[in-house]
Amino acid sequence: MVNVANLSVRYGPRLALQNISFMMEKGEILVLVGPNGSGKSTLIRALSGILPAASGAVRLSGRLMNSLSPTERARQLAVVPQSPQLPPAFTALETVLFGRTPYLNFLGQLSPRDEQIARDSLARVDALALAERRVGELSGGEQQRILLARALAQQTPLLLLDEPTSHLDIQHQMTLMELTHALARECNLTVLIALHDLNLAARYADRIALLESGKLKAIGKPAEILTSQIISQVYGWPVQVIQHPFHDSRLVLPR
Amino acid sequence: MRPYALILLALLVALLLSIAIGSVFIPPADLWAALTGQSASDTVHTILWSIRLPRTALIALVGAALAGSGAAYQGLFRNPLADPYLIGVASGAGLGAVLAMSIKWPYSLAGLMAVPLAAFFAGLLTVFIVYRLARVGGSLPTTNLILSGVAISSFATSLTSFLMLRSSGELRRALGWLLGGVSLGGWDSVLALLPFLAIGLTTLTLSGHALNLLQFGDDQAAQLGLDTRRAKFIIVIAASLVTAAAVAFAGIIGFIGLIVPHIVRIWWGADYRRVVPLSILGGASTLLLIDTLARVVIAPQELPLGIVTALAGAPFFLWVLRRAKLGGIW
Repeated sequence: MVNVANLSVRYGPRLALQNISFMMEKGEILVLVGPNGSGKSTLIRALSGILPAASGAVRLSGRLMNSLSPTERARQLAVVPQSPQLPPAFTALETVLFGRTPYLNFLGQLSPRDEQIARDSLARVDALALAERRVGELSGGEQQRILLARALAQQTPLLLLDEPTSHLDIQHQMTLMELTHALARECNLTVLIALHDLNLAARYADRIALLESGKLKAIGKPAEILTSQIISQVYGWPVQVIQHPFHDSRLVLPR
Repeated sequence: MRPYALILLALLVALLLSIAIGSVFIPPADLWAALTGQSASDTVHTILWSIRLPRTALIALVGAALAGSGAAYQGLFRNPLADPYLIGVASGAGLGAVLAMSIKWPYSLAGLMAVPLAAFFAGLLTVFIVYRLARVGGSLPTTNLILSGVAISSFATSLTSFLMLRSSGELRRALGWLLGGVSLGGWDSVLALLPFLAIGLTTLTLSGHALNLLQFGDDQAAQLGLDTRRAKFIIVIAASLVTAAAVAFAGIIGFIGLIVPHIVRIWWGADYRRVVPLSILGGASTLLLIDTLARVVIAPQELPLGIVTALAGAPFFLWVLRRAKLGGIW
């Protein structure tokens, strides 16, 4: 589904990403973790095609990413951006309808089918009641759900989420992660999520990719990556990894 | 459809007032007679066809151009205070126009086209300079945009004044033009202006969806499938073309591009597929009304348009600035 080979990305003089290689299978949830500035957001931006690669290649379903037009790309992958700054004057429904852009002509003329898809997407994220509300009036958690709905309206096989939970409280974090997890399973979506919170990563990831200063330090099952040795070393703080008392996953506790 | 009906009605009223009112008032009956080709007096006929109508047409086109490009710049820069005047495009275009006027052109048609073309390239250059100066990373803070706009604008205006003072005679007449005195070119000016506006305003009207997407920022717009570089390039070219053409034929008229789109957004929402065409129609109506006012306030003399729009526009600008600071708009 996704094949990243020796990807390097340059930010000014320095390499923000160096020789990143990994693959993703269809329906997989891969969680991207790493300390601040390790390149999580950069990798998401590069994979979404808006940062050019200095070297290496990204393939989506066998096709080279930089051979795709913006429209073709937006039919292959949708992005839920970090701490969104959304134009406040559009309604939630209008905002979700922009997800239909890759299927519209340049005038953006919408069909009843587009509107139906947008409403269905809103319903999926349990936000149909917000359809006519202006985005500026919505809470951070609601806005994140609207953005997820917009990404769903793009009807892409691949979904990229850039720290979607970083500004949310526990309830909204869990709601959003449960929702993303359920959607990925139901619709057989391939999902890449950058996350700050290692415990969320432990709980929802099929596999975890750990970045350290622009390099892929390790990739594997949560149990393989979330060890006290690896995490203590990469994050520069001693941690203890224990079993979650109520859930079959690991918990990372700073000492 | 209601906003369009309302604004077309306003345009109709503004057109009629602009044609009827002036140093000589033409009563409705005579107006009707002269317009439909029935015999009104020769004087009325002459006033109407050689003076009033070309002027009315020119003012309507200029108003449409300034408000349409204002809406586009605001969408493009994601900034409610972007206006062809405030970001310096108008002054840059003015400098280009005066440079072109200072050269003696052999053919009259080439001469007529040289001024708007020079204004266009100078205006475009100004947008790029102001944009480059104001940009910080990926964002374009309001303060930076306005400050660099004002600085570049003063620079261009000083150069323009210098050019005009240096040359004797011919260019001094350009002073009145520069303050937004409409040129006396009659139908020739209207016809020369028309192709620029037809291309530019059509492009801007069709760019509504792209402008909407750009409101999400370049990254999201690209991720939603917009070719952002191409879209921004097309929009900035079209908006600058339209601004430059308006400046070349009517001088520097500020604030119309700020006020009209702003009111349109307050009344009818932020969807650029509507904001652009409604601003174009609203700009034509507004400038016609202001021009009519400018002709009667100190009749038989008339005020330069730029002075009247600045008089009304500057307080409005401060009000918008205050609202923007309070986070009320976007």
